[in-house]
Amino acid sequence: MKSVDYDYDVAVIGGGPGGYVAALRAAQLGLRTALVEQADLGGICLNWGCIPTKALLRSADVLRLIRSADRYGVAVGAPVADLSAMVARSRKVASELQRGVAYLLKKNGVEVIHARASLGGAGSVRLENVPDSAHARSFQAAYVILATGARARVLPGLDPDPGSVWYYREALSPGFLPPRMVVIGAGAIGVEFASFYHALGVQVHIVEMADRVLPPEDEEISRHVAAALSKQGMELHLGARMIGSQRAGGVWRIQLQGGVRTLEAEVVLVAAGIVGNHEDLGLERTAVRVERSHVVTDALGATHEPGVYAIGDLAGAPWLAHKASHEAVACVEAIAGGEPHPLDVMRIPACTYSHPQVAHVGLTEAQARARGRAVRVGRFPFTANGKAIALGDTEGFVKVVMDAESGELLGAHMVGAEVTEMIQGYAVAMGLEATEEDLMQTVFPHPTQSEAMHEAVLSAYERALHL
Amino acid sequence: MATLLRMPEVSANVESAVIVAWAKVEGDAVAAGDCVAEIETDKAVVEFVSESAGRLGRILVAAGHEARVGAPVAVLLDDGERDVDVEALLAGQPAGGPLKELASAGPAGPASPAPAAARAAPPAPADTASGRVFASPLARRLAAQAGLPLPGLAGSGPHGRIVKRDVQAALARATAARPSTAPVETAVVPEPAPLRVPGDVAVPHSAMRRTIARRLLESKTTIPHFYLRSECRMEALSALRRQINEAGRHVSINDIIVKAVAVALMDCPDMNVTWTDEALIRHAGADVSVAVSTPSGLITPVVRGVHDKSLSRVSAEIAALVARAREGRLSPQEYQGGSFTVSNLGMYGTTEFAAIINPPQAAILAVGAIERRVVAGPEGSVEVTPMMTVTLSVDHRAIDGAAAAKWLDAFRRVIENPLAALI
Repeated sequence: MKSVDYDYDVAVIGGGPGGYVAALRAAQLGLRTALVEQADLGGICLNWGCIPTKALLRSADVLRLIRSADRYGVAVGAPVADLSAMVARSRKVASELQRGVAYLLKKNGVEVIHARASLGGAGSVRLENVPDSAHARSFQAAYVILATGARARVLPGLDPDPGSVWYYREALSPGFLPPRMVVIGAGAIGVEFASFYHALGVQVHIVEMADRVLPPEDEEISRHVAAALSKQGMELHLGARMIGSQRAGGVWRIQLQGGVRTLEAEVVLVAAGIVGNHEDLGLERTAVRVERSHVVTDALGATHEPGVYAIGDLAGAPWLAHKASHEAVACVEAIAGGEPHPLDVMRIPACTYSHPQVAHVGLTEAQARARGRAVRVGRFPFTANGKAIALGDTEGFVKVVMDAESGELLGAHMVGAEVTEMIQGYAVAMGLEATEEDLMQTVFPHPTQSEAMHEAVLSAYERALHL
Repeated sequence: MATLLRMPEVSANVESAVIVAWAKVEGDAVAAGDCVAEIETDKAVVEFVSESAGRLGRILVAAGHEARVGAPVAVLLDDGERDVDVEALLAGQPAGGPLKELASAGPAGPASPAPAAARAAPPAPADTASGRVFASPLARRLAAQAGLPLPGLAGSGPHGRIVKRDVQAALARATAARPSTAPVETAVVPEPAPLRVPGDVAVPHSAMRRTIARRLLESKTTIPHFYLRSECRMEALSALRRQINEAGRHVSINDIIVKAVAVALMDCPDMNVTWTDEALIRHAGADVSVAVSTPSGLITPVVRGVHDKSLSRVSAEIAALVARAREGRLSPQEYQGGSFTVSNLGMYGTTEFAAIINPPQAAILAVGAIERRVVAGPEGSVEVTPMMTVTLSVDHRAIDGAAAAKWLDAFRRVIENPLAALI
């Protein structure tokens, strides 16, 4: 490395699941590494996304379980949901993990700089808002990895307001429980918040432009989730576009296209996509190209500017923490002279922690058919799974899409309790390029819900045993 | 970084193959997908296509020589590389140091964005001792379905494992290569050749046709053939066959001939041999090849252990092999090996013919039609009886005339007295 010319071998801008993992891997490989983060280590995922939402949803699960305790022969009084205690726990979980990330970075010898960074030309990183006045205002790095992530898309007329318009940040630190809520966007984030607030007694409307909830999921899964949410008491407005919003007397009036309905609610929760954080990074001083708020890269994160890389949400969909982390490792290994394999987008699993949970990896049935593949589809319902019956939660099913010719597992889709913990089984099978034969020959332990994964493959070949 | 080109597995269960000819000479530029050599097993000549680009360095196995599957046959140099330490390469130096070492050395400078797909994949590691090839289940299945041999494919998965994308890339190259080679082949046909007049067409040779041509030319020009002819009285055999078929089992004359060949081979072990340069191989059992004419050419599936099998079993196996041969579904192990071939053109009315030995075998029996002929009977009488002429072609390197004559006599006796020998 050019130790004479550069202060660091690698500088990472942004400390989320892409950036901090990039820094860790670079340090592991013996590169002198700096990580610049303007806010909290761990990024949105750890502080305002994946993790704190899971903490809140866990509270909702506990509440739901206690409410159904009599079904299990346990008599308890009516539970009382304490929103502020739930939020406090969620914040505590986030800060605990944040400290964990700080520890890992320190242990591996990454220099963490709390400041705002931008590119100042070839190899130069400028710093603003440096807490320590003695700290240098710029440094040189041989390689710069941009990992600044993304933020919620703000809808016109719906600026964030802790009292009435919530984006994820407000929704994770609510000061009160509104009687009514309109959730705009039925993607993973919208559906998860809807599940949480509904469990706490909020009357929830979900508005989605697409004709189904969780649009990237397999249609059967979307249908099942929509039915489940409706059955729980949420109101779904699918294929509906918001055309106006007015607030008067503490109540939002949300007009949907076609004038069919006007929804009223005290709080509007917006989860309508994200935009990449590409501004104020000094990209205009480089050859880096930005398209629709995302930086254009090759499969290993290289941008059009030599020495400048971009990973994670900033580099485009799918917007998933584990995608960012994987890209980080591949990008750093390529920088270090290795020959990593770029991420295969079709093999990235995705999870939604609604109630019921949803998980998938690979192609939906419709996508597989659209690619001209002859497919075999297998399904297995949890109502036929012994463990699910014993647990008292038989909602949902497992569906697999197999290539009829080669036996390749093209896609796997699940809805039901804790399916997010099972999808990796199929992800491993896909990664190792298992065929139906290998999956059939794999022994799944009894009694587990995972047996449904085995049976779903068997059922694709009309060999299911418990159907 | 120089790499080794290794003998690919041309077809399943083939342990070795012969380099027929090198299509490139040392120093030639090689593009990925280029044919570098023609290689051949018993029944197929295939193009050996290089997975990667570079320059042909040293040829390790000369044309005409055999190499085990997976064995290095040539060195492929990177462009600009002059020569390399072949011994070190053969000793199995890994393609690059571990990542840690690379990292401590550090990258040379800011990398320009390079598409990852351009990175060359290392050849798949094959444990040459066990012949094991590391490939994902899906890659194995896709390759099998496409008839693509896995060894020799470059593996881009973890530790050089062959994965789906490698098979797909190889198939894409094969598809892309086809249209470009076809015109070359037709171009080789001399356009104004005097043999062709307007209306004639030039049909490019199939691989199978080329194999037949090359092997039979080799046989006829390198094996010292001699021929013995015998006439067999067929009334007993024809009667026996009638009885068998009246009993509800269908057995052909050819089935009985194959069985008789095996009986005679066991009687005369000096005929049951194969010539090799190192030694004469004496066979313990009788594996008899049967010449089958198919739309794409002649092929000789083998009936194994005929001496140990009942006539009805032999008959059933021949029927199955012939059916599969005509559908082009024979696997290599079904047409490789065998110590003796039966070729029967009797059904076309051919009275007699002499066949070319099917190498590496040492003998072939050419069977003519059964026809009623006037023959000398006992005590100066003349009778008309069904007769069959057979012609035995023999490799004189392996078998002398007397041994062949004894065998032919034994064969004739079995044919003329089938009941005792066959049942």
